[in-house]
Amino acid sequence: MDAKDILGLPKNQLPIPQEKKSRPPKEPQRKPDGISREVYALTGGLAPLMPSVDASQLRRHPPPDEKITWQWLPFTNSARKDDLQLFHWVRVVNGVPPTGDYAFAKYNKSVNIIKYTDEEYEKYLTDPTWTKEETDQLFDLCERFDLRFIVIADRFPSSRTVEELKDRYYSVSRALLSARAAPGDIANDPLVKEPYNMSQEVERKRALSMVLSQTKHQERKDTEVLAEAKRITESRMAAKGPEESELPVAANIGPENSQRAVVSGDAVTPSNATLPSAITASSTLMADNASTLASLRMLRVYLRTYALDQMVQAASASAGHRTIKRVEQTLQELGVNLKPKVPTKAVCAEHLELRKEILSLLNLQKQRTPRGDQDRPFMPDPLSFGGDRFGKRDQKRKAPGRSSEAAQSPSQSKRPRKMKASDI
Amino acid sequence: MSSRKQGDSQPSEDGGTAGVKRIKITKSSEDPEKKGLSRRLKDAEISLPIVYGTIAFYLGRKASESQSHKWTVYVRGATNEDLGAVVKRVVFQLHPSFNNPTRVVEAPPFELSECGWGEFEIAISLFFHPDVCDKQLDLYHHLKLYPEDESGPQSTKKPVVVESYDEVVFPDPSEAFYCRVQNHPAVIVPRMPAGFNISAPDPAVPLENTNERERGDTKDHPLSQWFMNFSEADELLKLAAARQQVQAHIVKLRRQLSVMDGMPQLSKPPSAYE
Repeated sequence: MDAKDILGLPKNQLPIPQEKKSRPPKEPQRKPDGISREVYALTGGLAPLMPSVDASQLRRHPPPDEKITWQWLPFTNSARKDDLQLFHWVRVVNGVPPTGDYAFAKYNKSVNIIKYTDEEYEKYLTDPTWTKEETDQLFDLCERFDLRFIVIADRFPSSRTVEELKDRYYSVSRALLSARAAPGDIANDPLVKEPYNMSQEVERKRALSMVLSQTKHQERKDTEVLAEAKRITESRMAAKGPEESELPVAANIGPENSQRAVVSGDAVTPSNATLPSAITASSTLMADNASTLASLRMLRVYLRTYALDQMVQAASASAGHRTIKRVEQTLQELGVNLKPKVPTKAVCAEHLELRKEILSLLNLQKQRTPRGDQDRPFMPDPLSFGGDRFGKRDQKRKAPGRSSEAAQSPSQSKRPRKMKASDI
Repeated sequence: MSSRKQGDSQPSEDGGTAGVKRIKITKSSEDPEKKGLSRRLKDAEISLPIVYGTIAFYLGRKASESQSHKWTVYVRGATNEDLGAVVKRVVFQLHPSFNNPTRVVEAPPFELSECGWGEFEIAISLFFHPDVCDKQLDLYHHLKLYPEDESGPQSTKKPVVVESYDEVVFPDPSEAFYCRVQNHPAVIVPRMPAGFNISAPDPAVPLENTNERERGDTKDHPLSQWFMNFSEADELLKLAAARQQVQAHIVKLRRQLSVMDGMPQLSKPPSAYE
C-alpha cells in the first residue's frame, strides 16, 4: 500500500480486485434453487455446460386442477412389423390417456440401401468376380444388418473378406447412382467423391495389425530408427554435402557393429535379466551416439560444449527426468563439475563415459533395490571412503592438488549428513 | 607452446570405428584453389581452443551514473596464440542502448572495450576464413560488472573477470585449411597416418588481411595478467578418479546381484558392505 502511494497509483483500485477475488469462490458455494445441496454436489459443485435437466422444473408441482392417475394400458409400436400389443403404465391426466405414437418408435432408423432391378443389373452392374446371386445376397444382408460389414461377412454364404464385400457394395451403389441421376447432381455425394479403395484398405488394415502386434522390443527399435532417420534428414536439410550417401550407411553400420560387440561383451554378465535390457539399452545408446555424431558432422563448425551436450542428451535419452537428476547428484557427490570447466576432447570423452557409467550403476541399483527408494542413489559409506581416498591421492600430486582441495571441502561438509541418512 | 597433437587417447565417441581414420577425397576440379577447398578430410577434426569472456574495472572516482565501469570483451586463443589464421573477424553484439551496438573487429586481437553501468548478454559471432568454414559460430557471454562479494566498496585495481573455455571443432576440414594450419600453435591438428603427405599451402590462396595485421597474439596483452588458467589435467584427474569409483561400485553390485540371483529372494539387501 505504501508502494502504491509512492508510485502515485489511485487507492480506489484496490476494492475492485478484491471484489473479483471474492466472487468466484462464492459461485460454487451458492447452490441454485430447485435442487438440494447434495444433489448439486453430485455434479461436482459446478453448473454443467449444458443444462441436462432444467433445475427449476424439478420442484415444480403439477397444477392442482389436473387430476393425475396412472393406468396399466396396452400400446402398439409403429416400429414393429407385426401387431404385437404390449402393456405398460401410462400417466393419465384427467381421464385422458396420452396420444401419439410409442415414444421410442422414432429411434428405429435404418440405412437406405439402393435397390436395383434385373435390367439395371444387366446394364451396369455385371462383374467378372461376382455372380448376380451373390450380389443379391449381399444386398439383402446389407439391408438386414444395416451395413455392418463384419456381421455381413460372417453371414455371407460363400467366404469373402470384408474388404471385398465393401468394395462390391460401394461400387454397385456408385454405378447405380451415376446411372440413375444426372452427372452434375451427384458430384457431391460421398460415394462419388471418395470412392472405396480396396487395395488401400487392405494395406491399411495390415499395417494396423502389425503395429498392434509389435512387441516392446520391436517398438523400441522402431523409435530408435525413426529418431535416427529424423536426425539424418534434419541434418541433411541443414547442410547439403556430397558425402550424404556415406553417412546413413555409416550410421547403420555403427549400431550393428556395436550390437555384436555388446552381445559378446555381455555374455559375462551374471544376471539373465540384465542381458536383454543391457543389450537393448546399449544398442539404443550406440544408435543414438552414432546418429548424434552424424548430425554433428553435418555442421561445418560447432563448439565442443555443444557437442558434449548433444552426446549427453543422446546417452540419457532413455532415462527419465528423475534418473537424470540422480546422475547429476552423483556427479556432484563425486566432486565433478556438471559441465566441465576445461572441455577439451579428452575431458569431454571422459565426462561422457563417466555419465554413462553412472547411468548403468543406477540401473543396477534399481535392480538390486526395486522398491524405488529415492533417498540416496549412492551407497553412502563407501562413497565417503572414496572421498577420503581421493583427497589423499590428490594431495600427492603437485599443482592440481591445491585446486582440488577447494573442491574437497563441499564434499567433506556433506559427509556427516550422508552418514545420518544411511543409518536407517 | 608447440602444437598439441592428438592421437594418444582413442576417443570412444567415435561410434564403433575407433582406430580407423577414413579419409574420403571427393572429386577435385581443375582449379587448384578449388581443389584444396573441395577435398575434405573426414575423421580428421581440427579444433581451436579458445577462451572468451569479459574483464571489468570499476572506475572509482572517475565513475559517473551512466559510466561506472570500463570493460573489455574478447576472444583469445587458450594458449594466447594468434587466432587470426582461423578467425577472420568477430562481431560483438551489444545492448541496444549502446551506439552502434553491432561492433565488428576485423583483426586480432579480437576484443572490444567500452564504458557502461549495466550487465547484459553479449552475443559474440565468429566468422572464419573462406577455406575454414562458411558458417559463423555464435557464443553468448553475460557481462559481469559487480563482484560476487558485495561487502565493501569496489576496488579499482582488481577487476571482475569471467572467462569461459571452449573449443571450436571443425569436423571435416578442407585440405587447404589443414595444410595451412598443420603447424600452427593455436590449432590442434590430428596426427595423420603414416604416408599421408600433404603439400605445402598453395600460394594462390592468400589470406585476407595478412599484410596489415600487427601482432595478433595475446601473450603480452595488457590484460594478460588477469587471464585465467585452464588446465585439463585437473579435470582429467578428477574424472579418472570418479570413473574408478563408479566402476568399482558397478563390479560390487554385479557381484551382489549374481549372489542374490542364486539365493531365494531376500527382503533386505545384504547388510555387510566392505
